[in-house]
Amino acid sequence: MAFHDPTADALQAPARPDKGRSLWTDARRRFFRNRAATVALVALVLIAVFAFLGGFIAQYERDYVDFSLIGINATKGVPSIATGHYFGTDQEGRDLFARTVQGTRLSLLIGVVGSMVAVIVGTLYGAISGYFGGRVDSVMMRVVDILLSIPFMFVLILMLVMFGRSLLMLFIGIGLISWLSMARIARGQTLSIKNKEFVEAAIATGVRPLTIILRHVVPNLLGVVIVYATLLIPEMIIYESFISFLGLGVQEPNTSLGALISRGAGQIGNGVPWQLGFPLFFFVVMLFAFFFVGDGLRDAIDPKDR
Amino acid sequence: MLSFILRRLLVAVPTILILIVISFILMFAAPGGPFNSEKPLPAAVMANIESRYGLDQPYVVQIFNYVWNIVAHFDFGPSFKYRDQTVTGLIAQGFPVTLTYGFWAFLVAVVVGVALGVLAAIRHNTWLDYLATGSAIGASVLPNFVLAPILVLVFTLWLGWLPGGGWNGGQWQYVVLPVIALATTYLAAIARITRSSMLEVMNSNFIRTARAKGLPMSRIILRHALKPAMLPVLSYLGPAFVAMITGSVVIDVFFSTGGIGQYFVNSALNRDYSVIMGVTILVGVLTILFNLVVDILYAWIDPKIRL
Amino acid sequence: MAPLLEVEDLRVTFRTGDGEVNAVNGVSFALNPGETLAIVGESGSGKSQTAYAAMGLLARNGRATGTVRYQGRNLLELPQRELNKVRSEEIAMIFQDPMTSLNPYLRISDQMAEVLMLHKGMGKRQAVDEAARMLDAVRIPDARARITMYPHEFSGGMRQRIMIAMALLCRPKLLIADEPTTALDVTVQAQIMKLLGDIKRDLGTAMILITHDLGVVAGSSDRTLVMYGGQIMEEGTTDAIFATPTHPYTLGLLSAVPRIDREDEELLTIAGEPPDMSRLPPGCPFFPRCAFARPENATLRPPLVRLPDGRRRACHVPVEEILAQKEVAQ
Repeated sequence: MAFHDPTADALQAPARPDKGRSLWTDARRRFFRNRAATVALVALVLIAVFAFLGGFIAQYERDYVDFSLIGINATKGVPSIATGHYFGTDQEGRDLFARTVQGTRLSLLIGVVGSMVAVIVGTLYGAISGYFGGRVDSVMMRVVDILLSIPFMFVLILMLVMFGRSLLMLFIGIGLISWLSMARIARGQTLSIKNKEFVEAAIATGVRPLTIILRHVVPNLLGVVIVYATLLIPEMIIYESFISFLGLGVQEPNTSLGALISRGAGQIGNGVPWQLGFPLFFFVVMLFAFFFVGDGLRDAIDPKDR
Repeated sequence: MLSFILRRLLVAVPTILILIVISFILMFAAPGGPFNSEKPLPAAVMANIESRYGLDQPYVVQIFNYVWNIVAHFDFGPSFKYRDQTVTGLIAQGFPVTLTYGFWAFLVAVVVGVALGVLAAIRHNTWLDYLATGSAIGASVLPNFVLAPILVLVFTLWLGWLPGGGWNGGQWQYVVLPVIALATTYLAAIARITRSSMLEVMNSNFIRTARAKGLPMSRIILRHALKPAMLPVLSYLGPAFVAMITGSVVIDVFFSTGGIGQYFVNSALNRDYSVIMGVTILVGVLTILFNLVVDILYAWIDPKIRL
Repeated sequence: MAPLLEVEDLRVTFRTGDGEVNAVNGVSFALNPGETLAIVGESGSGKSQTAYAAMGLLARNGRATGTVRYQGRNLLELPQRELNKVRSEEIAMIFQDPMTSLNPYLRISDQMAEVLMLHKGMGKRQAVDEAARMLDAVRIPDARARITMYPHEFSGGMRQRIMIAMALLCRPKLLIADEPTTALDVTVQAQIMKLLGDIKRDLGTAMILITHDLGVVAGSSDRTLVMYGGQIMEEGTTDAIFATPTHPYTLGLLSAVPRIDREDEELLTIAGEPPDMSRLPPGCPFFPRCAFARPENATLRPPLVRLPDGRRRACHVPVEEILAQKEVAQ
């Protein structure tokens, strides 16, 4: 599965021919002047490399169980270059390095896919609501308001329980509970875009509303959408980790950072600090990095927003 | 004011109904009933069970009965797994625990968060401001399931000051860590929001007027600046409440407090629909009621909304 | 007669991201009891910051040096507690934008009463009574009933009246009005100016009227001080300044005032932009826009010189040349 780093997409965006080049080059220049954001971007790239290429240097399969280490990983499963267990092993005798690589990959994927689902649904909903305005708008936004006041994590867990705990369900479910704020933002932007000359010209020449929304409104939402998509990713990662922490998310042999942290936290009194430490390190660095990259993108693309 | 509250209630009631209907639709749409297990039950037994739980009735009747029982008797029906327990009974056991530390966590988050934010704002660009802002950013990326193990590591395993789990009837030592673990993220967020809105308010023209009137700084802050600076904080409280209620599930599970979250997760693992639905609906109602309170507070602070 | 307020070599600097901005550069003037002084200039000329510095109301990044002597005490060095006693009790201030200068979250009664409770030690009820009386005095209809309303329930003109009433509660000896009519409709402007005139007549309050609108100045002030680039360009009695301006900038300002009696004439504006206060030229600040400018003015700052008729001006160009130019214009 091809991995698309949305920040990288954002930075490649200047290549798009239909966009004013200077706008995006300007944004890129502003972004790289922000030192925290640049460092965070480098950290993200490194983490992505770790998640997607780390499997090649792992000495063990993630589901290989070393029976000789079960239960005594506190003394025998210590992180070590010599044994090939770079990050040590867990209480089942499985290689923590391979598991962390896989968990990081899953958390990244879920962040990106979940945020894409949220962005697509939210942007379309918001653009339609804002474009049509009037009663349609007020009904659609009232629905968003009502849905926002429901604690969706519980509904998501309800869904996971009833439809089975598949990865797909998790991906879609997490995205679906997060499109609401995206819809609000997209609507606000649409309201200002729809009064621009090019939209009025399109209406005057009889272009169908849906075509206008897709061809004229949505592309102009791109800047804001990219920024919020980036800021949504860490949120998605936290949601997934939350569910996996409770044991309701991904299932063995798959794992995610949340599941690893959960297991590490459970072993906290057993003298195996690496079991919590390594997953926690990648989790926290990843969240910080997304946070700063999103922040930097916001300043770069949408400077007046500050 | 009364009509304002009534109008808000008119929105709240359908929201709760929507929540219940969504839950029901999910349940009906789910593949397999709650009593499907690896070993198929004889058809007669199945029918017997389904009639006992009312599952053989038309869906509309089921929803109606369910809602009616909740409204009239606060009865969420029987648990599907623990045959001798009712959902209401489970809630009655777990909810007080969650409510206790949840209340304290919320109080701590709001009071300390606001105080820290105000301090950072009036000591703008001093070490205190930088410290508060820096740690607020740090805390806002640390979800409570990360914070909780770290807290236990430090305060239980290294320092040995506080117990790392259990409830013990709510003795204070057992409450401290759950409260910190649950409150910190939202405390940081509230501090950040308070700081920036306070800075903005302190730069406004009416604060200049208050200074020109010769009021002492303490009065300017408490009487003139705090109220308007609280408006953005207030609109954050709704989402914060939802997030904290959600987070309490982690706290209950990690600290084994015996709170409602533990029942919720156990039921989720056992596919005990009625408990999950009961908890979800309870939480939804609480959230909606809380949002109602926030709206009323908002209208109380901002005279322009009053009606 | 001892002056009420004496400002000497007042300088205000702001530290900003782009370096220091010198908003006020060595301003000196004096104000007698009961006198009205108009400070005139374009926006950014430092006229408002002069007043804020005197009241200790500068923004956080601003610093004032020099002296502002009020009845012998230097306000710039007064401890906060002492300064708070001077504010409202001795010197009160009203601001440009009545829409935002009143606290929108508090009732008018509370905002006014707290002044009296704090400075005069009145009880709440007495303070509200007194506040309502003051609202009556500034001709707010039905003041007693409306005092418990919130600012947004009043019109702009009414809010400015409330500001004025609030400023007068402690009967200050000096009222500083910072662009009091700028945000208001023309008809309301006239009413507010009339109100300020009445106050001056009835209470004998000295006034500093800060404005960019010369039309406001003409009928309502004793003396006029023209500022540009944070410095005094010209100062004298209002009558003299209007009749015979001796500074090119004053001349420019006066020809920029629309006049109903001479419809045919084109409205003159002063060409160019106000100076960048973070990079003031070493010479006359008005040099780049001045019609009379000579090359040497760019480097030599003109001193503020007192003329025989008592007015002061800072200009290298001889008075005669400017007066001659004015004759031609008319």
